Amino acid sequence: MPKVTIDGHTIEVAEGTTILEAARMIGGEVAPPAMCFYSKLKTSGGYCRTCIVKVTKGSEKDPRPMPKPVASCRTPVMDGMEVQNKTAPDLVDARAGVVEFLLINHPLDCPICDQAGECHLQDLSYEHGLSKSRYDFKRREFDKIDIGPNIKLHMTRCILCYRCVKVAEQVCDSRVHGVLNRGDVSEISTHIEKALDSDFSGNVIDVCPVGALTDRTFRFKSRVWFTKPVDAHRDCKKCCGRSVLFMSGQEVLRVSVRKDTWGEVENTPEGNPGWLCNECRFEKKSASDWTIEGVRNIDRHSVISQNKYLEVKNLKIDVSNQKLIGEKAHN
Amino acid sequence: MGRKLLTEHINVPGIRNLDTYRKHGGYETLKKALGMKPEDIVEEVKKSGLRGRGGAGFPTGMKWGFLAKPEGVPRYLVCNADESEPGTFKDRYMMEFLPHLLIEGMAIGSFALGCRTSYIYIRGELMYVFHILQEAIDEAYAAGLLGKNILGTGFDFDLNVHCGGGAYICGEETALIESLEGKRGNPRIKPPFPAIKGVWGCPTVVNNVESIMAVVPIIRDGGDEYAKIGIGKSTGTKLISACGHLKKPGVYEIDLGLPVEEFIYSDEYCGGIRNDKKLKAVVAGGSSVPILPAELILKTAAGEPRLMSYESLSDGGFASGTMLGSGGFIAMDEDTSIVKNLYTFTRFYHHESCGQCSPCREGTGWMEKLLHKILDGHGTLQDVDLLWEIQSKIEGKTICPLGDAAAWPVASAIRHFKSEFEEYVRNPQNIQKDRHYYRVNNINPELV
Amino acid sequence: MSENKEIKFSEDALALVSRIINRYPEGRQKSALLPVLHIAQAEFDGWLSPAVMDYVASLLNIQSIEVYEVASFYSMFNLKPVGKCVVEVCRTGPCWLMGAEDIVKYMEKKLGVKEGGTSADGMFTLKTVECLASCGTAPMMQIGETYHENLTLQKIDDILDGCRNNVTEPIAHWRKNKIKA
Repeated sequence: MPKVTIDGHTIEVAEGTTILEAARMIGGEVAPPAMCFYSKLKTSGGYCRTCIVKVTKGSEKDPRPMPKPVASCRTPVMDGMEVQNKTAPDLVDARAGVVEFLLINHPLDCPICDQAGECHLQDLSYEHGLSKSRYDFKRREFDKIDIGPNIKLHMTRCILCYRCVKVAEQVCDSRVHGVLNRGDVSEISTHIEKALDSDFSGNVIDVCPVGALTDRTFRFKSRVWFTKPVDAHRDCKKCCGRSVLFMSGQEVLRVSVRKDTWGEVENTPEGNPGWLCNECRFEKKSASDWTIEGVRNIDRHSVISQNKYLEVKNLKIDVSNQKLIGEKAHN
Repeated sequence: MGRKLLTEHINVPGIRNLDTYRKHGGYETLKKALGMKPEDIVEEVKKSGLRGRGGAGFPTGMKWGFLAKPEGVPRYLVCNADESEPGTFKDRYMMEFLPHLLIEGMAIGSFALGCRTSYIYIRGELMYVFHILQEAIDEAYAAGLLGKNILGTGFDFDLNVHCGGGAYICGEETALIESLEGKRGNPRIKPPFPAIKGVWGCPTVVNNVESIMAVVPIIRDGGDEYAKIGIGKSTGTKLISACGHLKKPGVYEIDLGLPVEEFIYSDEYCGGIRNDKKLKAVVAGGSSVPILPAELILKTAAGEPRLMSYESLSDGGFASGTMLGSGGFIAMDEDTSIVKNLYTFTRFYHHESCGQCSPCREGTGWMEKLLHKILDGHGTLQDVDLLWEIQSKIEGKTICPLGDAAAWPVASAIRHFKSEFEEYVRNPQNIQKDRHYYRVNNINPELV
Repeated sequence: MSENKEIKFSEDALALVSRIINRYPEGRQKSALLPVLHIAQAEFDGWLSPAVMDYVASLLNIQSIEVYEVASFYSMFNLKPVGKCVVEVCRTGPCWLMGAEDIVKYMEKKLGVKEGGTSADGMFTLKTVECLASCGTAPMMQIGETYHENLTLQKIDDILDGCRNNVTEPIAHWRKNKIKA
């Protein structure tokens, strides 16, 4: 089993493990950010370049450093490899460059974006971004479109991570959307307006790292940090029926998959990704449709736990606090 | 006088046709090769020191040696005829006049690598060359030089031409493979490399047209003979596409190691600069490589004469050197605006970025916009610094080399011609006065 | 234009498509997509409507989105109607050095269109394109399959007159050149 050292932490991992996966095993700050990689989607990753790391020693056998930063999500570890993530200032600078590229055409309409609070790009710009944009040209814009009754495509916000395309390929029974055009005018589209009507198409919302694909049934209902997330399940013939309900009082505002520390869909006890079918996601909007298990332990990407917008010091979820906030918002 | 290993018969009338080609020794080398052991052919190519002629200069024999050979899995040789690098037009010229030389090289290469089917991927815009190649392939099939049991040796081999649809990025080998599979030309993330997993998941070698053609004289004369030509690790002959403000632009076959000065000024080659103007700058290996001012292209920083070779052109690193690249040699006279020329290059890379990875997708357009702003007379000195910063943030951060290719021209133009950028910023009123480019022959300025 | 036309290739073109598919291993018929799109464009007035792309998808037994993705990636495929002759003037560095800007301006004036536009009589669509590997014979333009090199204004006049008189072949080369496979 190869041993790899990342930012001074050494770990032994299985053959074929990528640098990013190894870093996630170590955890915390050592794990590079990832906007396009999604471990539950095959062939994902490599595009956004935010997870780049510096390989200062290739391996025990060939200790030469790699000449360029590598995408940690697609580079397998070698025995004896040494990697720098947070500890190399030039790498951090290079990553800041990537973040700037991702932001130059991003609308920064967070105040009206449903993803705000759960947005990975928000986290990333908070950590690496400049306070003022150096891009003084007109930003790229696309029309908002509805791809079906339940999903809103706000292409202007998209960072072309390809995750939703991979969901359509790997989770849905057919694919009607894809990446059209080329270069910086590439867009996620169905070309001629079509609905994403596959049973599992709603999962594109959960994999989207930004607010490009949002749940129309939740649109403008509430800021996510004013909701109370609970774990719930129901018997469903199509999917695992394991969800998080974002509630306000007794009202179910939104249904989503359960996400892990890295913002990815959690596996079911059987070990399969816990994708939700559209019926569970969009139609079961009554608390009585579900068996509620308890308050959700919120992942690290959420403002609810990060408290970037609320001045609450405690990083751990505080149930009483949640309730309070939720009630306040809807009274 | 340089040797003409590839272009010896290019001016023979009718050389495009099989009969004429055979009269001049065509397919004799294939006959010889089919009598050799495949591994001996690979060995000869290794001995020749041939380096990939598409731009990267990676040793061809070594690339062939990397090809995985799992049992029961087909392998493919794919010819990269997606010639799209600005300043480069040698492959088009060679295929147009000597299609059979490419077919012969493909057959020899495929035999050496154990490929039973191979493809020539030609850019879609060159559809008329596609037809020329297809006709030549048909001729070769009819003559038993392709297909079943070639020349009675028991070697079965099919050769196909495949056309692209207009995308520079498909010259990158993994994008080319994607395109050959009928997909968008998005470069693949490596590893795995094509030698392990290429087209349709099978081991694949992708070689440039000129590299494959060069295999024919290498096998005919032997790798050692080929390696005698040239200088150091730059062996053999190289086709140079000469263009820009030269008296005699065109495709020249040179012995590697020819002094740059001789190439530009001697009557045997480019014959000097048009209208006897002074040389201002040269892009020596296609638009992607760093631009050099006249004094650095003619002599290295150390004062040595600069030679047309991989090593000499890159002498001094990017601080004072450049690269041989694809051999697209673009000369600019004293009146040329380096900034405007750079703008056309940057616009090109912006247009051709596939859009997969963020630095290239977003950075190329940003650089184009900044250059446009400067040319419009609205630039600031900060914009020039920002351009430098953007290119440095693209270089080395992308999936494929297009990011580097977009960054290097910007970096080198600022490195060597910063005062020109500053002049555009400080005195924008002067920008419009000069057109800064060569006027179309006998143009009446009233007409435009 | 082609709204009422049945979306179906001619017999010749269909035979050609099946020969092209045979060049690739079994099950890899998607590889034929780019050549087939060129044929489709030649068959249907030089551009690819969604209906034509759907038809191509059915011929190759792939999903429509796979065709849209590819057709919109490559610059040679027109997703909007074009004139009978698509005039493509190279604008990249080496051609620019030799006066490509003059060529474009002259053409704009002569055809009465801006870059990207189609002349009022529907005869010409003027496009600027990136490097066509003709740098040694710059400036240059491509009309259909034909490269017109070392351009002068006089040459342009002759070429465009030729197009009008149908001497220079306009589009639909795939069909007319009887591609063999």
